[in-house]
Amino acid sequence: MGGAGPGAADEHRPVTVVPGAVPRRQLCFAWGPAEVLVCETLFGRAGTGEGAPSTSRVFVVRRDQDIYIQTLRKLFNESHGIFMGLQRSEEELAGKSRKAQLVQVSKNYRSVIRACMEDMHQAAISTRDPALQGQYSTQVSILSAMELIWNLCEILFVEAAAAGPLLLRLLDWVRLHVCDVDSMVREVLSSENPSKHKLFWNLGNTQTLTELELKWQHWHEECQRYLQDGTFASNPHMESICKILLGDEDAILEKKELMTTWYHFLVTRLLYSHPTVKPMELRFYAQSSMDLFLGGESSPEPLDMILMAAFEFEMHQVIKECSIVLSNWWFVAHLTDLLDHCKLLQSHNLYFGSNMREFLLLEYASGLFSHHSLWQLGVDYFDHCPQYGRVYLELHIERIPLSTEQKALKVLRICEQRQMHEQVRSICKIMAMKALRNNRLGSALSWSIRAKDAAFATLISDRFLKDYCERGCFSDLDLIDNLGPSMLLSDRLTFLGKYREFHRLYGEKRFPEAARLLLTLMTAHIAPCSFWMTLLTDALPLLEQKEVIFSAEQTYELMRCLEDLTSPNPGSAPFQDDDVETTKVEMLRLALARNLARVIVKEGTVEGS
Amino acid sequence: HGDVSAKFCSRRSADALRPLPPRLQSPDVFATDNRISIWSSGDLGNAGLNGEYHGEPRLLCDIQHNGDVMDMQTLSANHRWEKAHYHVDQDTSCGGAACTGVVCSNPEIVTVGEDGRINLFRADQKDAVRTIDNADSSTLHAVTFLRTTEILTVNSIGQLKIWDLRHQRNEPSQIFSLAGDRVPLHCVDRHPNQQHIVATGGQDGMLSIWDIRQGTMPVSLLNAHEAEMWEVHFHPSDPDHLFTCSEDGSLWHWDASTNVSEKPSFLHQGGRSTAYLSHSTINQSVVSAWLSNDPTKDRMEITNLIPNQTLSVNSLDVLGPCLVYGTDTEAIYVNRQLFA
Repeated sequence: MGGAGPGAADEHRPVTVVPGAVPRRQLCFAWGPAEVLVCETLFGRAGTGEGAPSTSRVFVVRRDQDIYIQTLRKLFNESHGIFMGLQRSEEELAGKSRKAQLVQVSKNYRSVIRACMEDMHQAAISTRDPALQGQYSTQVSILSAMELIWNLCEILFVEAAAAGPLLLRLLDWVRLHVCDVDSMVREVLSSENPSKHKLFWNLGNTQTLTELELKWQHWHEECQRYLQDGTFASNPHMESICKILLGDEDAILEKKELMTTWYHFLVTRLLYSHPTVKPMELRFYAQSSMDLFLGGESSPEPLDMILMAAFEFEMHQVIKECSIVLSNWWFVAHLTDLLDHCKLLQSHNLYFGSNMREFLLLEYASGLFSHHSLWQLGVDYFDHCPQYGRVYLELHIERIPLSTEQKALKVLRICEQRQMHEQVRSICKIMAMKALRNNRLGSALSWSIRAKDAAFATLISDRFLKDYCERGCFSDLDLIDNLGPSMLLSDRLTFLGKYREFHRLYGEKRFPEAARLLLTLMTAHIAPCSFWMTLLTDALPLLEQKEVIFSAEQTYELMRCLEDLTSPNPGSAPFQDDDVETTKVEMLRLALARNLARVIVKEGTVEGS
Repeated sequence: HGDVSAKFCSRRSADALRPLPPRLQSPDVFATDNRISIWSSGDLGNAGLNGEYHGEPRLLCDIQHNGDVMDMQTLSANHRWEKAHYHVDQDTSCGGAACTGVVCSNPEIVTVGEDGRINLFRADQKDAVRTIDNADSSTLHAVTFLRTTEILTVNSIGQLKIWDLRHQRNEPSQIFSLAGDRVPLHCVDRHPNQQHIVATGGQDGMLSIWDIRQGTMPVSLLNAHEAEMWEVHFHPSDPDHLFTCSEDGSLWHWDASTNVSEKPSFLHQGGRSTAYLSHSTINQSVVSAWLSNDPTKDRMEITNLIPNQTLSVNSLDVLGPCLVYGTDTEAIYVNRQLFA
């Protein structure tokens, strides 16, 4: 699940030592889907002339994703549900209801992030391993940052809060994310000036923007008058509060230590000086707030740049910065998808053809495929990438390790539902071959039936027949006796079933039926030529019965079959001319002749009935 | 979720869930997979206003397990039987075969696997009591007890077999199969009271009801799911109710209690889909609603208990009023008011 965009400046790239690799050797490498294959080359380092053949080993270098994936699995699973709900939601809803729906989706995503944060926080406090604790804590702060950014994007882009409600949302946003509220100021406010307090916190839904502005203007002027009159002159504390309320930047800045971040400062400032700020004006206040707050002492961090980009309504910039900073695609993929549904992203085509949303979803989903269980989520994401999703799915799905039959069945079901016939055939073949190698002929047949793979069914039947020839009896009778309609999948399989039936009839002493079946197997060309000798040999005991079984007609047929077999045909393999075969042929000829004689007599005789 | 509580447990899809029987624990405890975990779904002290439980299932304990857990039963035992299932050579690392099903009847344990092998263990013995090698040429998907000395297995070429463990012969005493294509059967369950009634679920999502006293073919074939049916369970104390779950993400409740008007209604809010279906039966038969042939009484109510289905429901179990199921979205769901 790697993810740095191009041009990522990363001073903290960790060095991985490949254990067992000889230090002075050159290593060569190749990228895999989730790992790097590394091996030692023949060549020593340039200038040392130390190259020489080494032991042939291949190292698989994989990022240790275990902890990371384990704790975020819940996030991936739950957000998958939200993602799918969003894709399926009705686009016909227009205007306000659609917007409300999208805002709800955004809130759902955020609550999933928060739930995950909670879990991770619990894990951090309950673990005793300091390294793990460190990792969990890092994850908590990353998730917290993600929620912060997402929340701001929700306010500015998804909900697109207008002037008035905008400040309220921003207030909530800051309050939610910053622990230290300017409680001292508030406390004083509520005790000293209840009327002002009431007016103030009434900013919002019940009043129109102009009403609000008027009231605020009035209140502001009143405050100013108090200040100028020196009403608070005796109390410097109250005076400074009054200045803050008037939006005096210096006064607010003095309270810097109460505000943890520049965006807290921004919102506080807006609260007291420009509560009816319009969305498009935010960028100016944001920039100046950041400058004032950081005051040249520290430079902005990546999170600051991302938030700034959001205040500037530069959506693409937000996404780009997040891609660079975050080590996984989850965040940008889902956020971009949501913004796309809000119809806010132009179809910003990237140079290799797909758009931003699709690119990010493809990257995210591809990462999921390296996990033994989360790959199933990846399938759904690919389904919703109209341009390249199908191709990506086809490539990835064939590379899922099929450790158990149940997993193979799940993969197959996915392929069948999407008419991916090539992949179905390929997977069934792999499973059938595995079964065949393990001598599970019934399983192998079951996979061939699923894929309707006649060629493989023929292969399996040949195996059975070969076993029969070697051992003189059938293995796996439970399978052969119960083939049912699947017998028709391939001619060879049909032959196998019918041949077994012949043996059964013979065993039940139903000789005339057995005889008829045997003959049909040859004359209808169900039996492969290689097996005819065996069949004819099987006919011997029938020919030598006391009772005449084969009719004259049938005997002639048998003789013809024998002649076909023994006389060399142009183009066919020469008949084996060793002793055993010759003896067999002679015995057959004799038996056939005798039978013919008997049957002519019998048929010529009038039975007195 | 209304009366269903859910927990995302970050487990690889729950392949096996079993509530522990009341004599061991309250029916609130069930186990999930891959790590074998025991969860508690109920803490009666937290009951809400209407006696509904709103909390998430709580993890009690778990151990790591290598590989996917395919099936689970409960028993007091303290053993591992390693390498019980394998292809060709027990000791090669790639020779292991998945053990697909296990069933217990204290103290006996029977397992079946992809190697077509049937193993019989006893809880107190280190080695297998009996092994039937190559019992089946295809994969055995599930096993259950028919009687104390007989077991039922289903395999991937659509056969239901009865094995009599008293006999030393390594052959089934009876083989049943579906009429048409040899569609693999994935699950099997026997009626708790009437031992001749058996239900199986197939790869095509079809539910088959068999009367094993007669014929070699099913009595009813009911077209249900759109993909593999992974598990089928008769309700242990109310066997007119049957539950099936499938790869297609649905969990069906089949209610064959004959008196439709007295039927309990189900409190599942939103997304209830019901269908009335008459049996297409082949044989005349006796008392049970499952084998009944009377068209006027013969209506069965089928309900999908999952409103927003996404990924496969791999496993379910039911005990009393409590239904538990697990999905491929790595979540387990508990419904404690099935018949409310």
